[in-house]
Amino acid sequence: MVSTKHTLVALVEDKPGVLNRMVSLFRRRGFNIASIAVGDSEIPGLARVTFVVNGDLTVVEQVRKQLLGKIVETVKVSDLTDEDIVVRELALIKVKAQAGSRSEIIQIVDIFRADIVDVAQDSLTIEITGTEDKINSFLDLIRPFGIKELARTGRIAMTRGSTGSEEKSVKNAQESLEN
Amino acid sequence: MKLTGAQILCESLLREGVEVIFGFPGGVVLPLFDTFPQYPKLRQVLVRHEQGAAHAADGYARATGKVGVCLATSGPGATNLVTGIANAYLDSVPVVAITGQVARPFIGKDAFQEVDITGITLPITKHNYLVLETGKLAQVVKEAFYLARTGRPGPVLIDIPKDVFIEEVEFKYPEKVNLPGYNPTLQGHPAQIKRAAELINNACQKPVIIAGRGVIISGAFDELKQLAETAQIPVVTTLLGIGSFPESHALSYGMLGMHGMVYANWAVDSADLIIAIGMRFDDRATSKFSEFAPNARIIHIDIDPAEIGKNIRVDVPIVGDVKKVLEPLLKLIRPNQHLEWVQQLDTWRKEHPMVSARIRNATTLLPQFVIRKIYEVTRGNAIIVTGVGQNQMWAAQHYWYDRPNTFISSGGLGTMGFELPAAMGVKIGKPEEIVWCIAGDGGFQMTLHELATIVQEKLAVKIAIINNGYLGMVRQWQELFYQKRYVCTPLSCPDFVKLAEAYCIPALRVKRKEEVIPAVEKAMETDGPFLIDFVVEPEENVYPMVPAGESLAKVLEEPQKEAQIWSQQNTP
Repeated sequence: MVSTKHTLVALVEDKPGVLNRMVSLFRRRGFNIASIAVGDSEIPGLARVTFVVNGDLTVVEQVRKQLLGKIVETVKVSDLTDEDIVVRELALIKVKAQAGSRSEIIQIVDIFRADIVDVAQDSLTIEITGTEDKINSFLDLIRPFGIKELARTGRIAMTRGSTGSEEKSVKNAQESLEN
Repeated sequence: MKLTGAQILCESLLREGVEVIFGFPGGVVLPLFDTFPQYPKLRQVLVRHEQGAAHAADGYARATGKVGVCLATSGPGATNLVTGIANAYLDSVPVVAITGQVARPFIGKDAFQEVDITGITLPITKHNYLVLETGKLAQVVKEAFYLARTGRPGPVLIDIPKDVFIEEVEFKYPEKVNLPGYNPTLQGHPAQIKRAAELINNACQKPVIIAGRGVIISGAFDELKQLAETAQIPVVTTLLGIGSFPESHALSYGMLGMHGMVYANWAVDSADLIIAIGMRFDDRATSKFSEFAPNARIIHIDIDPAEIGKNIRVDVPIVGDVKKVLEPLLKLIRPNQHLEWVQQLDTWRKEHPMVSARIRNATTLLPQFVIRKIYEVTRGNAIIVTGVGQNQMWAAQHYWYDRPNTFISSGGLGTMGFELPAAMGVKIGKPEEIVWCIAGDGGFQMTLHELATIVQEKLAVKIAIINNGYLGMVRQWQELFYQKRYVCTPLSCPDFVKLAEAYCIPALRVKRKEEVIPAVEKAMETDGPFLIDFVVEPEENVYPMVPAGESLAKVLEEPQKEAQIWSQQNTP
């Protein structure tokens, strides 16, 4: 089967050690994580974790079942790969900018609808959000100027349309957290 | 009312129905041990090494179906539990392991006897807890027992710092657990159950049921029997599934896998429908995944969704508790016959019996003979607790098990040294049962210190050492795959009879066939523990055998060569 990138989103109880359990499970089962992003969800007490996993369908289905079944704090895991989704990553890039190159860099920043968040004598710090491809293309254009520092987040994702986390499992979790 | 953490733990354990704790004291758990005299209903069993505590809790849990409890101090006490916890994890045994931890202000400071036991046991527990608030201790105990015994059972560890045992807080035992992410699926999906019934009723000529330990855990002995009988489907079991279906039943075809019966392995290999119930397609059971049951459609019933499709492709997956799946399934199953198929299996069984002519006629003492005589004398009524290796396989092959939980063995982890401490736990859980510990001379030496516990607790465990002077299973592999280079497998043993005497356990040595029955009878007549050192043929091998990486169809019987050598030697 074809190995592709899959976007998995997990809702987990926000308790100490949960991330450790998830990452440890990936390691010992030999799954390959491309990126991971963790933060609060809309439900107090639950965090949303977005994983990007490389693998064929069987592998990814195992990942999903292992996360859901073997980690007590996991409430829900969805594979969003084939869904209609909005996907974003964020990058901060510190690039060398001399008087001669500054305006050219600003033009590229404008085209990509990125932001300049810090300016120094000989550098610019740029914030860009978008899909992985968009950020990669931007980096290709910026690289010749000289990248001094680069930081990227993992992917986060959400389905398009009005549906939220209205599933029974999530509702039940929410109720029991409120008790 | 305010109670100390130690009192809260004891109160909570009693409310979870705990009767016995297998443990070993130490610095940080002293406040707990000091509290035990206030709770005389909590029996303390002092083991001689914490590994024994974990295995004893495991044996107790398997024999009774209740949660077994073991207890150790921090640091080395906790790490000594690790093998036993992993053993329980691999075999889905409900165990709660309690460890002491250094006091909260010392955590993370590399304090004396500090170890990160929740970190260490992360991959070998179903869940684990470090209790940092005394007020949450009762809730944690409640959750730990709930997690250990429900869904797919498994070990749960609770790590409790010393100052939590001492601190006083208000005690109220929670009425319910609060685990929003934990909802095991118990009822099977009706549409899948219907699909399974259609396959069983209409679409098979050569069906085989493979029954695993899930049948035993779920208490579905009667339902399985009813399914097999109604549709006349032959049943084979996994190693840990032994006892899930009566082996004296006409539809029982023994055990499949690496050392399974020829007819069991051929049945699975030739089947057109496999009904796998409460088993996980372990590599020792299936052998080569890609050539497993090549012509069969597969129905897989298991409570753990992650087991579906993990090793073997499945046509009809049914996630649920075995009993709760079989009940509605049985309503859809029509009475049926598979006469030709059953006759075929019976022919294979007749032509490839477990006992070859060589074994039957041997003049020397063979291990298979020993197991068969123990069966005869105990009339098949004993609980057999085995070690790992040749002794385990002979005990699985040559004793017949008609009841659930009567074959207790380390399957997934394959832990040598499991036998004696586990037998101890079994006897404590089932004092009315006859308990035989079948050990190898190698594995027995790993945990023989528990003989002292057996004596102290006055446990009538009968011990049969199958003594061949080798680490026998490893030697067998060296013989077959490493040109008989016996590296580190011949081993010297103490005089086991004298050793038993040193522990005040009566013992006998048996070297000849005719001595076997009188010795086993003597063991049965003697009150309390008894040890028999069976000095058997040193280089006897376990057959049948599926070479690792081959398909079940390639199961080997005793090589003709061996049979020929025997016949030459025994020609008058």
